[in-house]
Amino acid sequence: MELTIWTYEGPPHVGAMRVAASLEDSHLLLHAPQGDTYADLLFTMIARNGKRPPVTYTTFQARDLGADTAAIVLQSAREAAERFKPALMLVAESCTAELLQDQPGTLAAGADLEVPVVHVELAAYSRKENWGASETLYHLVRALLNGREDRSERKPADPARRPRVNLLGPTELGFRCRDDVTEITRLLDAAGVDVNLAAPADASVADLLRIPDADANVCLYPEIAQTTCAWLERKFRQPTVRTVPIGVGATRDFLAEVAEATGIEIDIDKIERNCRLPWYSRSVDSTYLTGKRVFIFADATHALAAARIAREELGFEVVGLGTYSREQARGVREAARQHGLEPLITDDYLEVERRIAELQPELVLGTQMERHIAKKLGIGCAVISSPAHVQDFPARYSPQMGYEGANVIFDSWVHPLMMGLEEHLLGMFREDFEFNDEAMPSHLAAVPGEGYARSGQDDTGTAAEGTPAWAQDAERELKKIPFFVRGKARRNTELFASERGVETISVETLYEAKAHFSR
Amino acid sequence: MNQPAAISDIPIETCVTPEQEHGERAVFCGLTSIIWLHRKIQDAFFLVVGSRTCAHLIQSAAGVMIFAEPRFATAVLQERDLAGLADCHEEIDRVVAQVLERRPQLRNLFLVSSCPSEVIKLDLENAAGRLNRQYGGRVRFFDYSGSGIETTFTQGEDSCLSRLVEHMPADDSNEPRLLIAGTLPDIVEDQFLRLFGDLGIGAVDFLPARSLDDLPPVGKQTRVLLAQPYLGQTARALIGRGASLVEAPYPLGAEGTLEWLRAAARTFAVDDDRFERVTAAPLARAQRAVALQRKRLEGKRIAFLPDSQLELPLARFLQRECGASLLEIGTPYFDRQSLAAELELLPAGIRIVEGQALNRQLDRVRAAQPDLTVCGLGIANPLEAEGLRTKWSIELMFSPIQGFEQAGDLAELFCRPLVRNERLAV
Ligand code: SF4
Ligand code: SF4
Repeated sequence: MELTIWTYEGPPHVGAMRVAASLEDSHLLLHAPQGDTYADLLFTMIARNGKRPPVTYTTFQARDLGADTAAIVLQSAREAAERFKPALMLVAESCTAELLQDQPGTLAAGADLEVPVVHVELAAYSRKENWGASETLYHLVRALLNGREDRSERKPADPARRPRVNLLGPTELGFRCRDDVTEITRLLDAAGVDVNLAAPADASVADLLRIPDADANVCLYPEIAQTTCAWLERKFRQPTVRTVPIGVGATRDFLAEVAEATGIEIDIDKIERNCRLPWYSRSVDSTYLTGKRVFIFADATHALAAARIAREELGFEVVGLGTYSREQARGVREAARQHGLEPLITDDYLEVERRIAELQPELVLGTQMERHIAKKLGIGCAVISSPAHVQDFPARYSPQMGYEGANVIFDSWVHPLMMGLEEHLLGMFREDFEFNDEAMPSHLAAVPGEGYARSGQDDTGTAAEGTPAWAQDAERELKKIPFFVRGKARRNTELFASERGVETISVETLYEAKAHFSR
Repeated sequence: MNQPAAISDIPIETCVTPEQEHGERAVFCGLTSIIWLHRKIQDAFFLVVGSRTCAHLIQSAAGVMIFAEPRFATAVLQERDLAGLADCHEEIDRVVAQVLERRPQLRNLFLVSSCPSEVIKLDLENAAGRLNRQYGGRVRFFDYSGSGIETTFTQGEDSCLSRLVEHMPADDSNEPRLLIAGTLPDIVEDQFLRLFGDLGIGAVDFLPARSLDDLPPVGKQTRVLLAQPYLGQTARALIGRGASLVEAPYPLGAEGTLEWLRAAARTFAVDDDRFERVTAAPLARAQRAVALQRKRLEGKRIAFLPDSQLELPLARFLQRECGASLLEIGTPYFDRQSLAAELELLPAGIRIVEGQALNRQLDRVRAAQPDLTVCGLGIANPLEAEGLRTKWSIELMFSPIQGFEQAGDLAELFCRPLVRNERLAV
């Protein structure tokens, strides 16, 4: 057993769900108990999808265990096939079902569903979410294409058309995947390369059948696509482009690798002209970024990219580097060595917290977990990787990849450092007689009204002169009200009391006022 | 399977017999209740013995993560535990020691079983007993089931509390005491305490108490008033220890709160005058506060998908106090004893559906086009995207909604999506 407090990755079947939810016309039959349906909210609440993920859960209960959970599998499979008419049915088990050994894959395959069935084994007790997504994609692609004839050499280039590549790896709930696909498609277009398809994101099952038509595969997210790319390389001799184009330097390397894989020439300088990061980073205003101590912890793909950008493109000093992706840890170890650091490979969030507290960096680049750690320690933070929370699925276009991605990264990493400066200024002027507690940092100045709540400020403090007094029990009652509305409750109650000439606020007054103002 | 008729087509009849539905369920498991239980019982730690799924569920359902190191965790089963390479009981002992090393002050620890631990028949009762002996009372260990194969969402609390009942000290006195069962926010608890005090009912205990050191006594003189509608098992356990159950609706809304208090007052022979005097002012406040919201809810057609087990009392509040009209009310399970007083207040011919077949239920919601659908977190946005207004029910578990002073807030929670819809022009 392993003591787990927060987890970076969900169980492997969540990875399978992410693949199913990415594809246009597949459906996942998940043999799982009712509580596992919580995973829907990852898609509908965190990523704000307007549709439920295409998943049917068998939701067996204890009383079914003695009887026939297999029958439930069959019935669920039939109902799902009939209702959703998917082009393909994925079948998997969550941790509990894995113990039952009902073999839902075999059951579904024998159920005459009139839709192809692909079973994925998910090793719930040794693996995690990204691995689950990777396995699902691999089994899916293999099931669809294994019958094709192997190629003994690369497909010859067709001079009549532009070269085309597959973008493999972008998946629902991945960090900024959707925007990355758009950005890389534009980038490649500018370089004279077409995108054959992106998968699993938004691909249909029919699209997947066209994978072999491409001249090369771009492995955009190795955590999810590496296994599939390797198989396609063996089977169809499709070369894999391995550089992940996050950051200016990596995007250059990426384009160079694409040029090599497709046999064309790409004018990289010309394309790079649109990128502002290099100039912004050189402008004098950025001097204060020099040597900022930054701590990086993320999935391997984003951690590696961040380390390179931090050092080469923003002039930071990387003081810590790590990842929770054990499967991809090798690259991170190596990069850490190059930075002269001890790599942190762990999925224990408390260990990450300890390390950050020890190192006291000026900026943390991480997941939503590190955002919490940084908040707690009062350090600036930017989220660069899954797991991410709802605010990391922004409404605006904000890719991480390609040249526009580099621009986005410049803004979002420099912002927390600037906020720090402003806070500092605010602190400096605190003693000024013109300083007003309602003052806000200027980046919030457009939001009038609500005072800027400074952390640590005691909003239950004693009342100023002229306002009614608080009876002790009323004061105690007030403290029970959540801090973020307490200030308002205090003001309203005092207003209510003074308007009525009440001198001492009792618990009763507090609630009279509450009733009065609640409309 | 023939399609059930649209909700509005169902003729009004008189009996309240829930329809049964079997199929795909979209509800959380009992582990979810750890999110509020660990905040209520501040001197206990909740250790789930389960899988990564269980850890991920609690983390995802909590939504907003808690900054400090939380008082819950999961002992995640590994391949070697299942393959018999590691002895599960030794592993539990090891993980427990790890938790205690991290938190030396810890006095109480719940071992919470999950689907995987129950399927492999890992006996946590046995483990708790062993650990109790091992730690010689320095730390107390309890066990209960929060698994999805045994419990649904709030039922996790029922499972936890019914276990605690076994540990409550015996009360052999001749003085009747009132026991309020079911987690309430502290602020609500204190409001009720004041009211009971004013009514002259001085001996009031709460289950769960804020500290496990203060487990209330139970015996023949215990009068149990349920504050939450999902505590059937706990109620039966208390009755098993001699207590008697005070039948009452739940303290949601002005009326619900009044009747709930009245049931207690009658039991303790509080005279009517005094009851009127004590409740008049807060009741009037509550009614005024609800009246302010009522105009927005009046005539609105509201449907409930099964979720927290609060569906029936909430429906009663919305119908009787806010003038809403009720469509289908889904409930994960139906416990007649716990709901008896509520059923009397609900209109005849109401349609209650016990259990769930998710897609058929969603079809009915689409056909009926309610003005508001109260549903779980995973379903709210998809229904919104189809143009329906929703209230996600987990918020009702995390906000203070019981009692007179919260009646207006409760109504407001249902108004908010409607008001928002009126405001938006996009
Ligand atoms: S349903 Fe079972 S396996 Fe799933 S999270 Fe709940 S207890 Fe864990
Ligand atoms: S603090 Fe931020 S990242 Fe953390 S749970 Fe809350 S919203 Fe999400």
